Amino acid sequence: MSTYDAGLLADAGILLLGALSVYIILATGQLSLGNAGFMGIGAYITSYLTVIVGVPVTAALLLAGLASGIIGVVAGFPALRLRGIYLAMATLGFGEMVRSFFLNFDAVGGAGGFHGMTHISVGYIWAWAIGILLLVMVLERSRVWLEMRAVHDDETVAGLLGLNTTVTKVAAFGAGAAVAAISGGLFAHHHVYIEPGNFGFERSIDFVLAVILGGSTVAPGALVGAMLLVLLPEMLRFISDWRLAAFGTLLIVVLLVRRQGILDRSLFQWTKLRSRPT
Amino acid sequence: MNAAPLLALNNVSKLFGGVHALSGVSCAVPRGKIIGVIGPNGAGKTTMFNVITGAFPADDGTVLLDGRAITRERPHRIARAGISRTFQNIRLFGSMTVWEHLLVAQPHAEAGLRRLLPTSWADPAALRRAEEVLEFFGLQNVRDRIARSLPYGLERKVEMARAVTARPKLLLLDEPVAGMNHEEADEIRRLMLQLREGGLSILLIEHDMAFVMNLCDDLYVLDFGVIIAQGRPEEVRVNPVVLDAYLGRAA
Amino acid sequence: MIYQQLVNGLTLGAVYTLIALSFSLVMGILGILNLAIAELFMIGGYLGFTVVLAGLPLPLAIIAGMGGAAVVAGIIEKVGYQPFRDAPVVVPMLSTLGFSIILQNVATNTWGSDPLQLFDEPLGARFAVGPVSVSEMQLLVLGATIVLVALLGYIVQRTSLGRALRAVAENRDVARLLGVSASRLTLLAFMLSGALAGAAGVLIGLHYAAITPYIGVEIGLKAIAVMVIGGTTRIWGALAAGPLIGIAEVMTVAYGGSQVRDFVVYGLMIAVLLLRPQGILGGARTDRGQRV
Repeated sequence: MSTYDAGLLADAGILLLGALSVYIILATGQLSLGNAGFMGIGAYITSYLTVIVGVPVTAALLLAGLASGIIGVVAGFPALRLRGIYLAMATLGFGEMVRSFFLNFDAVGGAGGFHGMTHISVGYIWAWAIGILLLVMVLERSRVWLEMRAVHDDETVAGLLGLNTTVTKVAAFGAGAAVAAISGGLFAHHHVYIEPGNFGFERSIDFVLAVILGGSTVAPGALVGAMLLVLLPEMLRFISDWRLAAFGTLLIVVLLVRRQGILDRSLFQWTKLRSRPT
Repeated sequence: MNAAPLLALNNVSKLFGGVHALSGVSCAVPRGKIIGVIGPNGAGKTTMFNVITGAFPADDGTVLLDGRAITRERPHRIARAGISRTFQNIRLFGSMTVWEHLLVAQPHAEAGLRRLLPTSWADPAALRRAEEVLEFFGLQNVRDRIARSLPYGLERKVEMARAVTARPKLLLLDEPVAGMNHEEADEIRRLMLQLREGGLSILLIEHDMAFVMNLCDDLYVLDFGVIIAQGRPEEVRVNPVVLDAYLGRAA
Repeated sequence: MIYQQLVNGLTLGAVYTLIALSFSLVMGILGILNLAIAELFMIGGYLGFTVVLAGLPLPLAIIAGMGGAAVVAGIIEKVGYQPFRDAPVVVPMLSTLGFSIILQNVATNTWGSDPLQLFDEPLGARFAVGPVSVSEMQLLVLGATIVLVALLGYIVQRTSLGRALRAVAENRDVARLLGVSASRLTLLAFMLSGALAGAAGVLIGLHYAAITPYIGVEIGLKAIAVMVIGGTTRIWGALAAGPLIGIAEVMTVAYGGSQVRDFVVYGLMIAVLLLRPQGILGGARTDRGQRV
């Protein structure tokens, strides 16, 4: 595999995790336009740990994920007071605040960026990506995931069924933040140089695009979306100058024609929670 | 036999911007009985349900479940204490099948962290319970259909099934037979009587006088947020105050 | 020194006010966040720039920017809003996101991704007003903003169009019953908001004498914060919040360093969303409805 192709595949794996982070939070009905912020937090914490403190990459990723998860939980509480567009605006603001924070934070390079990370292989990235994807797919078959879907479908009724919607929504934020952080840590160690501009609004939008296009109701949708965003421009070289416009158009078309995205639950009969008819 | 009522409302009031939706409402649901609440449109019946379930906090008065005040507690705590409800305009989960509705409504505390694992092999108790409820309501044939895509009568049954899955002590039914034909309504009545046999207490909002006859043990009549009459259905039906309230306005 | 910053802040604030009004108009009437407004702002700027680079007079540049942006806004309304008007509000928002992506691509392909610059700073003559030095361009920006805001105010308060817009903002169903054609109105609302954003784009492009395809994300998005801080329940909140944020930003850059400025602005936005969602100028806290 050429270096170029390996790079594409690496980006796809990193994007997959970012998309999953949005997916997990979206499953509870909350649209987050700021997950690049959590990605940035993960990137910088992981890099700091490996470069300055000397922690091995895997441990650093886990620690960064945990730290980001805690931040996500903390951010999740004020998010409870907001809905729909107001929540989206707040998450947008959050992402911009994180980016601005790192621009200013000279301990990790500020505007000049941070470097010195050891390079990781595509295989390592995909080990994490597939691992987390499988984890989420298993979780999708649990009652906790049904509770998340209940909160998404009708939060009031979910509460009246005895579900603690606060815990569900906040935990989803935390989990999404953790996954985004790992995406960031992997990004940092693949590109071996990071700067705050890597984790801005456009990145958050990439995550959202991948989920909406690939399928917003099943975890493998994030995989399809990530592959689409990375590979489609390559396959359509002749429109490479217009690939962004193509994705914008694709987003609108999907919203018009198949709002749930390419993959949906009906295609995944085997993941449906079926009983064995007696 | 415990003589204290399962549910008691004592002097409950609820205001919306200065208007009394409920005013000094007191009523009781004895254990194992079916109690009805009737009244013209806008009388405050659904508000009463909302106050009981904690969706709106009462502005005055107390709500007691099994002697314990639940007056301003959060909805999910009240639900876990044993109160379930259905809705006037059916609120099912848009993305879920009938089976999934019954799984997600399962009692919470019993499973704990096992809820994180795939239900099909980690939670046999939940599967058994869901199967039970499915059979009781005769919904086996539609278990894997998206609940909202079912015909109206079945949708109402699914909503009721979801409400009883967690083995509540008290079931609040908000116009469960609205828009149904005689056969469907009779089936609901039969199910309700069976549930009562099983020890469930029911508080019922209904419009249809015929339906509450031969079903409710006791009846409250609500008008403009105030209880204007109470008694057995046969008595209430001929009560002049009640007739006046219904006939005096386009109900 | 500080007065100079105030004037600079007011100029930036004027631009923010226009963009925030643009966001607010659509949010107020339709309850949706039209993310494409940030790029309409950018496109308007480029159109105005093109006119100036062709040697044509400034007023024409402003008209070109406003007109072009209004036309594009109209297209977005037909293709990106109408099909989704009954869907949950997040869906049309995502649709406008799609448009903003398309618009930015169009801009980078048409004009390149490097900044376009004017060689002569138009209206660069400066004159002193007390301790402050003000350029003619700054006066134009402020003046144009005042004119446009006054025009908008007149339309909203005094014309039947404005009355209809306000009716739809209060209650769409009632408005429809009263015979107000909602779809024609939303088209006009979109185009009006496009014109405002386009004007802002021309003004800021001329003021900085440079334009890039990224000013939409850099400046346009922040106008969302301005709208929120001013109060999404009253579009005129942008009048107070625009200058406020413009000045705050300029002060932060002058005294705190340019890197902190976004942090401060978005932090304020989140604080308002959480603590005083009706914004600075909004009504009672329970005032949840949108008002034009």
